[in-house]
Amino acid sequence: MSTTTDTQAAATQGFGGVQARSEAVLNAPRIAIRNLDFFYGDNRALKAIDFDIPDRQVTGMIGPSGCGKSTLLRVLNRMYSLYPGQRATGEAMLDGMNIVAPDCDLNALRAKVGMVFQKPTPFPMTIYENIAFGVRLHEKLSKAQMDERVEWALTRAAIWEEVKDRLDTSALGLSGGQQQRLCIARTIAVRPEVILFDEPTSALDPISTLKIEELIDELKRDFTIVIVTHNMQQAARCADQVAFFYLGELIEVAPAAQMFTAPKHAKTQEYITGRFG
Amino acid sequence: MPTETLPEHIVKSYDEDLRHLRDMTARMGGLAERQVADATRALVRRDTELATEVVQRDAQIDALEREIESFCVRLIALRQPMAQDLRVIIAAMKASNDLERIGDYARNAAKRAIVLASLPAIGSLAGFERMAQLVQENLKAAMDAFVTDDAEAARAVWEADEPVDAIYNGIFRELLTFMMEDPRNITAATHMLFIAKNLERIGDHTTNIAERIYYAVRGDTLPEERPKADQSAYAVVRPAGE
Amino acid sequence: MSLSLTAGAVPGPRKDPSVAAALGRRRKRVNLIVKVLCVAATLIGLAFLASILVTLTYRGFEAMSLRVFTHVTAAPGSDGGLLNAIVGSLIQATLGTMIGTPIGMLVGTYLAEYARGSKLGNLVRFVSDILLSAPSILIGLFVYTIIVLPMGGFSGWAGVVALAIIVIPVVVRTTEDMLTLIPNTLREAVMGLGAPKWKMIVFVCWKSARAGIITGVLLAVARVAGETAPLLFTSLGNNTWSTDLMKPMSSLPVTIYAFAASPFEDWIALAWAGALLITLGVLGLNILARTLLRNRT
Repeated sequence: MSTTTDTQAAATQGFGGVQARSEAVLNAPRIAIRNLDFFYGDNRALKAIDFDIPDRQVTGMIGPSGCGKSTLLRVLNRMYSLYPGQRATGEAMLDGMNIVAPDCDLNALRAKVGMVFQKPTPFPMTIYENIAFGVRLHEKLSKAQMDERVEWALTRAAIWEEVKDRLDTSALGLSGGQQQRLCIARTIAVRPEVILFDEPTSALDPISTLKIEELIDELKRDFTIVIVTHNMQQAARCADQVAFFYLGELIEVAPAAQMFTAPKHAKTQEYITGRFG
Repeated sequence: MPTETLPEHIVKSYDEDLRHLRDMTARMGGLAERQVADATRALVRRDTELATEVVQRDAQIDALEREIESFCVRLIALRQPMAQDLRVIIAAMKASNDLERIGDYARNAAKRAIVLASLPAIGSLAGFERMAQLVQENLKAAMDAFVTDDAEAARAVWEADEPVDAIYNGIFRELLTFMMEDPRNITAATHMLFIAKNLERIGDHTTNIAERIYYAVRGDTLPEERPKADQSAYAVVRPAGE
Repeated sequence: MSLSLTAGAVPGPRKDPSVAAALGRRRKRVNLIVKVLCVAATLIGLAFLASILVTLTYRGFEAMSLRVFTHVTAAPGSDGGLLNAIVGSLIQATLGTMIGTPIGMLVGTYLAEYARGSKLGNLVRFVSDILLSAPSILIGLFVYTIIVLPMGGFSGWAGVVALAIIVIPVVVRTTEDMLTLIPNTLREAVMGLGAPKWKMIVFVCWKSARAGIITGVLLAVARVAGETAPLLFTSLGNNTWSTDLMKPMSSLPVTIYAFAASPFEDWIALAWAGALLITLGVLGLNILARTLLRNRT
């Protein structure tokens, strides 16, 4: 007659299971962001952001257009420094160095923090040169070492099989999805620690999108990944941790399973269930 | 908590779909409630006609369960629900499952009521009436909580199952005594025991539904341990002669 | 935050088919008038152009012979050619382009890559645009003042400098335009790899804009190949064979200018031949430039 309690237990576990996954363990922080503000001229685009980006996991950043998620991404490799009038204050610590400090060595920082863009950005060179270009900026390699590095990067980006016979043809002849994977290969060839993805699949078809997502999942074994996406399902599929931004503020940050099943904040709930945004 | 009145979805038809889902689940809950009530009434009044009706009506509940389930699958596939929407849909799907089981128990009780009507009555049926009433009240409260997104009401239902278990224990003891007194009572008493067990199981499924509602509304679960008073599992009765 | 998508009933009275038909007729009428005006204007313009081209081709081919390419200019009636003018034009245009192009490219790069939105950048762009549309005789006078007078005489070099000054603003403009067309994300992608800015410009931006910049240079060459006015004050012209840049140097446009205004039949014929040569050369450069641009996209 003990069946009652057994069924009971099984029933609670059904839901307990969901809960258990949402309590997935996040790794130690790789980048610690503290009290970060960002300004476009006088316009304060990020307001006192505080959160940790876990090591070798995927952090997804979501939110409506203009919420600051892309801005934060561009803080993490100081891309904003290319443009006058943009500045950040506060702290974003990576390996004991403050990314937003004025004395930060930008070339060294960008060797550590790579970035993949919304639209594929192949350089007007051969496929081989596209990969080698970035490597040469930071390392002196022999021809054999360089060949090895190019093959490694292209293999990791799951494009080696498709291009190995035409490494010396122009990269501009590749399809959109292939170009994007080439750009990922180019980024990992420099062997960064962190890779930033800025809506990497919004210009791609669904199959190419899934290939990139699979790639991201594979890359997180070695790299810390931050991805900005408009596609909630994509964040749900890829990310371990999700951060929701709204009007320049970080509204909520939580493990992905929790974010998409039981967000804490009303604004998050409204956004991810399609009630505004 | 995010649950109090959320604004509407940007896509209006999504809201309509969710409303339809709630309606269907509420209708199924109402039907299950009525089955439990009628089965008990048939037992108490020794009304075989009503009991037969209950047995036949169970097919409706089964059909509703299939309808709700396929509707939920459709919603998940077409709307990619997130957060509270997702929890509500999953809760409705699982609740329909519980309600279907409740229907089965009611039908089983009705079948046994038909048999019992042809046997001499033993003891009082007041305990059964009381138990059925409690179970029905809980079921109704649970379905109300589902329709109104009331987590606290769901929690109250979840906690209110204890008296049901207590009555079940009483009936269990009483029927054992009847059986020991006169072996000719065994057939009737066994059937009644099963009916009592069925009612008790219905109470358990109702708490399951309450848990699901609580999760759907709040996004976190109730504690693992529920207050319980069912001790029949440990009961040992020795004949007086030993 | 919820927006209503359900529209009410369509406002206004029902459509009257006769009004619609009248409107339609009116529209067709106006359309016809505008079309006729446009076609007429085009025909007038084309008629002038065709008359020029037909006359030029006819008179030019009539005067064309191998002698034109093998003999230097000579006195009237003594069977001269245009060899010294052709070579002089080639030398001056080539050197002028070689001097003007790098300067123009660097200025254009400065404007597109370093001075976007800055005050100095806007000033430089403004000056360059003025230079682009300045009458070329002014440039001739300018070079006359700063080179011919101090050096005490006309020279090939002065002509080269004048042509270079004409080349610069053309190349500045195309270089800047072509570099501005490059999406910023491509620049960010290069910088994102940790590249210094000069590497970004040299290895990626210039490479991306290469076809466009070459096109601009070709158009600049086409332009200076036909310039007469700046050369009148600088290289002057030379009736004998000379490749010495320190001396006055012959050129096709100046020779055409001199010969066409003369009373001698054979000189006038040579002027037509020279004009046809320049036109064909410019046409060839334009076709080449267009092909390059098309291949790029």
